[in-house]
Amino acid sequence: MWKKSFKISENKLAWFFLAPSLIGFAVFYAVPFVGGLYYSFVDSPFNGKFIGLQNYAELIRNPSFIKAVTNTVMFTSLSVPLNIILSLGLAILLNKKLYGRSVFRTLFITPLVVPVASIVLVWQSMFDINGALNAVITALGQNPADWMKTDWARVMVVIVYLWKNIGYSMVLFLAGLQNIPVEYYEAARIDGASTWKQFTNITLVYLTPTAFFVFIMSIINSFKVFREAYLISGDYPHSSIYMLQHYMNNMFAQLDYQKLTSAAFIMAVFIVLIVLTLFTIERRINRMIN
Amino acid sequence: MKSKFRMILITAILSIMAIIFIFPLVLTVSNSFMSEAEISNNYDMIDSGDSGTYDKDSGDKYALMKLIPEVVVLQQYYNVLIKKSQFLYMFWNSVILTVPIVAGQTIIASMAAYAFAKLKFKGRNQLFFIYLTVMLMPFQVTLVPNYLVADKLGLVNNYLSIILPGIFNTFGVFLLKQYMEQIPDSYIEAAKMDGAGHFQIFFKIIMPMCRNGIAAMFILLFIDNWNMVEQPLIFLQDVAKQPLSVYLSKIISGERGLAFAASTLYMLPMLLIFLYGENYLVEGIQRSGIKE
Repeated sequence: MWKKSFKISENKLAWFFLAPSLIGFAVFYAVPFVGGLYYSFVDSPFNGKFIGLQNYAELIRNPSFIKAVTNTVMFTSLSVPLNIILSLGLAILLNKKLYGRSVFRTLFITPLVVPVASIVLVWQSMFDINGALNAVITALGQNPADWMKTDWARVMVVIVYLWKNIGYSMVLFLAGLQNIPVEYYEAARIDGASTWKQFTNITLVYLTPTAFFVFIMSIINSFKVFREAYLISGDYPHSSIYMLQHYMNNMFAQLDYQKLTSAAFIMAVFIVLIVLTLFTIERRINRMIN
Repeated sequence: MKSKFRMILITAILSIMAIIFIFPLVLTVSNSFMSEAEISNNYDMIDSGDSGTYDKDSGDKYALMKLIPEVVVLQQYYNVLIKKSQFLYMFWNSVILTVPIVAGQTIIASMAAYAFAKLKFKGRNQLFFIYLTVMLMPFQVTLVPNYLVADKLGLVNNYLSIILPGIFNTFGVFLLKQYMEQIPDSYIEAAKMDGAGHFQIFFKIIMPMCRNGIAAMFILLFIDNWNMVEQPLIFLQDVAKQPLSVYLSKIISGERGLAFAASTLYMLPMLLIFLYGENYLVEGIQRSGIKE
């Protein structure tokens, strides 16, 4: 009787499992996405004329846009690798049989749970012109400053991002680490492999799917840091932290949908390129494993 | 013993880091028990100097970030829960939004993830690629068209306008696919040889083996959606329908003491879910039985 169920082709079965997700995805994501693309090619959202790539051309010449892109790229290329390295290190440390290990794990996650509003409160208390940091600085004889309005603002945002997201990545790495069978390490140890060799040949290799995922999530979360930056510094923060989402937000407020969607699509193109690269790398490593 | 020393060193490093990580949380909670007067004393100088230059008039006063209240009072909690009774309504609004999204996405995403991870079909990689790319887009990209779709479906100002896109967000698919891919095919082959049907494989083998991934997804989804701010602001026009996350982001200055207490209460569900789910996250999967 069971043999009958295998007559259903794997193709059909797959579509059955996919169907709910696919339909919802199409209605709420794919269609709006394409709709946005349409907006970027016309000169007005209401009965606009098709003007081709003109919006994009204007955009590339816009200094605010260039600034926003530069800042976003710099921020992401700095914070994402830091995030991955630090959280992997933490996950490895926590994977050992350490006293109080689960307590540490919980503690590192808590930043995720703290609402943005509290972060802003604490932030202001520390870095405002009359904040706690300046108290320490003046005690040391230096001049105080309104830190969020200096070039240090970029460092601050990176710190907030790392503080919030290392726990996130760490959880994912921990789950990935625990999925690597202990037997692999034991076999390697019996074969006389050093700890470093074990790390590179077993851990790094089998963590690849997890690492891929953590990488993507880190990028997504680096965009989310916009919320904190916005609540602390408003629509037009210090120029070093004026990022793409600030730009898009302001365009939204000015009802300039053309610039908004064009900016969004340039962003989309870059994301597509990054994802393509990651996919190729992942596929190559997967082939190595299997 | 060298390894004992290493353990102590590692523990020390981790402890220092943990203190830094948990500091804002502890500050928020402990300050929520401070009286209005104490909060005023500790923080008022921050609101006064917005010019960006050193405000000589505030004199030598700097923000006092005390971790222990002078007197433990429940005044702020009273203010939040009783005097401003919207809090409980908004809490409930948050629940209405978050629970359906997390529950719905768990079901739908695990099905789709199984298809992507273990079933072969034409266009699989291309479709996944599309899923991934669209997921990475910041919400401003799809905001305006999303609103129009919701409008056409008559869902503006209805919770469904947020819940439905939330359920079909591809994050869960992405997360679970990675976990499911790690399940060795040999398990599935063995099950097939034992005569199991497709649904049996899905429910009895794949899902239990993904417990880690599902737990992680559940926690992350909950946190993400409990914190969402932009969507409610745009899709829900009635102020009464706004969730807690929006209310909280509007408090910030002027009602600092209130904000601390409100933040603490706001955090509780997330903390509880995390603490509960952590047990599942911890359960590693010990592979045994199938010899590669």
